[in-house]
Order: sequence, then structure tokens, then C-alpha cells
Amino acid sequence: MSLAPHTLTILAILAGAFFFMAGTIGLLRFPDPLSRLHALTKADNLGLGLVVLGLLFQAEGLLPALKLVAIWLLVLLAGATITQLIAHAARPNGSAG
Amino acid sequence: MTLAMAFDIGLALLVVGVATWTIVAHNTFAAVVGFVAYGLLLALVWVRLAAPDVALTEAALGSGLTGGLLLGASTRLRRTETSEDAAELPAGALRLTAVGLCTLVAAGLSALVLLLPVPAATLAPQAMASIAATGLGNPVTAVLMAYRAIDTLLEVVVLLLALVGIWSLAPDRVWDSLPGPRHHADSEGFLTFIAQLLVPVGILVGIHIFWVGSDAPGGEFQGATILAAMWVLAMMAGLVDAPPVSRRWLRLVLVVGPAVFFAIGLAGFAMAGGFLAYPESHAKMLIVAIEMPVTLSIAAALALLVAGPPERAPGR
Amino acid sequence: MDDFLLGAAGFVLAMVALGLVRILRGPGDADRIMAAQLLGTGGTAALLLLAQATSVPAAADVGLVLALLAAFVSVAFVKGAERSKVDGK
Repeated sequence: MSLAPHTLTILAILAGAFFFMAGTIGLLRFPDPLSRLHALTKADNLGLGLVVLGLLFQAEGLLPALKLVAIWLLVLLAGATITQLIAHAARPNGSAG
Repeated sequence: MTLAMAFDIGLALLVVGVATWTIVAHNTFAAVVGFVAYGLLLALVWVRLAAPDVALTEAALGSGLTGGLLLGASTRLRRTETSEDAAELPAGALRLTAVGLCTLVAAGLSALVLLLPVPAATLAPQAMASIAATGLGNPVTAVLMAYRAIDTLLEVVVLLLALVGIWSLAPDRVWDSLPGPRHHADSEGFLTFIAQLLVPVGILVGIHIFWVGSDAPGGEFQGATILAAMWVLAMMAGLVDAPPVSRRWLRLVLVVGPAVFFAIGLAGFAMAGGFLAYPESHAKMLIVAIEMPVTLSIAAALALLVAGPPERAPGR
Repeated sequence: MDDFLLGAAGFVLAMVALGLVRILRGPGDADRIMAAQLLGTGGTAALLLLAQATSVPAAADVGLVLALLAAFVSVAFVKGAERSKVDGK
């Protein structure tokens, strides 16, 4: 009876861990800062999202669950915007965009 | 070797690795990035040591805000380190001595910690036993605001003194003007967007962390640091400009915290027979009455510390 | 379950360590600024897992504060890197 949440948690967190690994591999193998940035943020936001999803099944109560989702949203939105900032700063000097 | 021990060993190795990288980094900016990374990892270490209050303080203050402070310093120093870097490095023998001394200190501290008797002598049981009298649920807050309140009062005063020290770095002609350079708001830009998104959220989080400090990990220093970081973020994005340091309201905000703290401390003579003594029936109310203005003052002081000494006239 | 969560946290941390090796080395300021981003996301994930796996539920709050301050620090770094470019370095 209590097996389903545990299974879902394990599956989601395994998927999240896989995305963290994919992001890190992209980070290690991509040739320039912009593509590394891409790998970093896309995979990590999805990785964190799947980890949060997995933890939601274990959460005790509405408030802790909402806090988990709020943390994920914060990281997602902040990360997306800061990625743009970093990419803007990473452009080669003198390029017009 | 249990899983927990493997995790802890991996974390410790990572912390040492990042610390080493920070020390050997080639320029100050890289070293500051390494320092912030090191601080974030230390927060994880504190969580593993079951000290979430310290973890909160490390993540917010030790890593985040101090990172901002160091970054400001490194930006100001950039002009002095652009050329002749290699010629300015200290001699090899001096660096070797520094490494040797640091290793000695680290080894000595490790030996002391490892030689502590098991279980180590601790006042935690007595602290927990008296906590009901303070009306608080978080023993760390009880220590900070009830058992050792005078230390907290002095810490706040020290923060103000540091701020005065930084302000005194300003040349006389700009003594009453704005700290830091003007950051221009890029009205359609990403920086404005992220600031408009983060600052309200951050203020909520800061107030939440401060408020739960009575019964759960958190408290005024952590909450104030988050509020300060949000103010600095708003300044960096150009949403608000730094206030001139001569403004009366600014100085009042800075002083109201320690003033209220001190006043309630003096009232303690009348109420419970000692400086900063609380009557048992009103202890929690008094503690919260102290914490609110203190949080405000600390937030303002920390934000102004990061903003730096006054350097430009208003209206420019 | 607790052991699995702890193992997952350890794995995420290992990935963060690998990533750090790369970006702390990478030439240019933009690479290093990514360190703050990586630690913000990875550290938050590890902390959320630890909050559930060990008896420290407040670790979720630490994760929240970590995410917020990592964002703040990343913005500060970007501003700092930009100023150096403007200064003509």
C-alpha cells in the first residue's frame, strides 16, 4: 500500500540524478562558455525539478510540499534570467549581439 | 564504511579542494568566486553536523553577503593588479612559511577536536532545561537573546562600528553623499526583471526566516542578511539608488536596533533585577520587541557595508 | 528510503564536484560565475534530499536561502565582471 509513493520517489529521483549527470557531462565536454552554460542550466533545472517531484511524494503535509515547489520555481526563474546575464557577459568583446 | 560516512568524507574532500583552489587562484575575482563556492559547501557541512542555524548563517552571511563585500573590494582593487602581477608575489620562502603555519594551526585544531572527551562537555542540557522560562522553542535563539543577550548587543554595535569605519574611508569633499557607483536601470533588461522578481520574494523569505527563529532554525541575523542582500540587489539593478549617508532617516534606522536593545536592557534592572534580565511572564514579548528593530538595523548596516564608502555627489 | 536519498544527495554532490573542476578552471570570468549557479542548484538539490533523509528538516530552509543567495551572488558577479570590462581590462 505504501509502496507506490516510494517507487515513484525512487523513479523520479533517479531521473533527476540522470539529468544532473547529463548536465555535468555537457559541462565537461562542451567547447565554449555559452554551450557549457546551456548544459548547466537546462539539465540542472530539470534535475532539481525531478528531485523535487520525487520528494513531493514523501512530503508530510501541504506546507512542506508547497515549500519544495516554491524552491524549485525560484531556482528555475532565477536561473533562467541569470543565465541570460552570464551569457551577455560571456559574449566576446566587441560583438554586437 | 557506512553511506553517511562516505558522504561526509566526499564532502570534506570537496571543501578542502575548493579551499585550496581559492588560495591558488590567479586573480582576485576568481578567488572570490572560489570563496563563495567554499561558503556554500560549508553550509552543507553544517547541515551534516545537525546545526541548521549555523548553516543558514553561513549560506546567507558567510558566503553570500561576504561574497558581495569581497567582490566590491576586488573590483576596487582591479586597477592595482592589472600589470606586474608576477613581480608582486611574495617570495617563495615567505609563502612556504605561511603554508607551514596554516598547516600547524589546522593540525592543532584537529588534534584538539579529536582529543575532546566523549561525550564532550556541554551546557546543552542546562540550556534546554531553562528554555521554557524564555518562551522560546529554539535553543539557539534562547542562547542568543536570553542567556547571552549582551553578546548579541555588542555584536550589533560592532557592526555599526564597522560601518563607521567604512564611511570614514570617504574623502572629505564627498562625506555626505552616496555610496558606491550609480547603477543604471536597464528598463527592458534582464537584470531589472530578475530584481523585480527576486526582491519581493527575498523580502518574504527574509521575514519568514526571522519570524520562525523563535521556534525553529532561523532568527534575526539570518533574516536581516537576506533583507540586506535584497536591498543590495535592488541597488545593483538600478531599481533604487543608494541613500546619501547623511540622511537622518538612514542613521535612525541604523541606530534604532541597538538603542531599543539597550533600553530594554536597562529596563531589566527595574523589571527583573539585572541588565538584560527578562521577567518570566513577558520574556518572549520582550525578546520579539528587541528582535524586530535589531533586524532592521542589521539589515541596513549589512547592506551599507556592501555598498561601500560614499563616493559621489547626489544627482549625478 | 533514507539510504537511497542520502546516496542520491551524494551523487548530486559528486556531479557538482566534477562540474566545479571544470568551470573553476575554465578561462574567463563567465565560466567561474557558473560555479555559483551550479552550486546553487546542485547544493539546493542535495540539501532538499538531506532534509528528507536525515533528521534535519530545517535543511529545506537552508536550501531556500542557498537558492536565493546564490542568485544574489551570481548577479553581483555578473555586475563585477561587467565593470571590469568597462574599465578597459
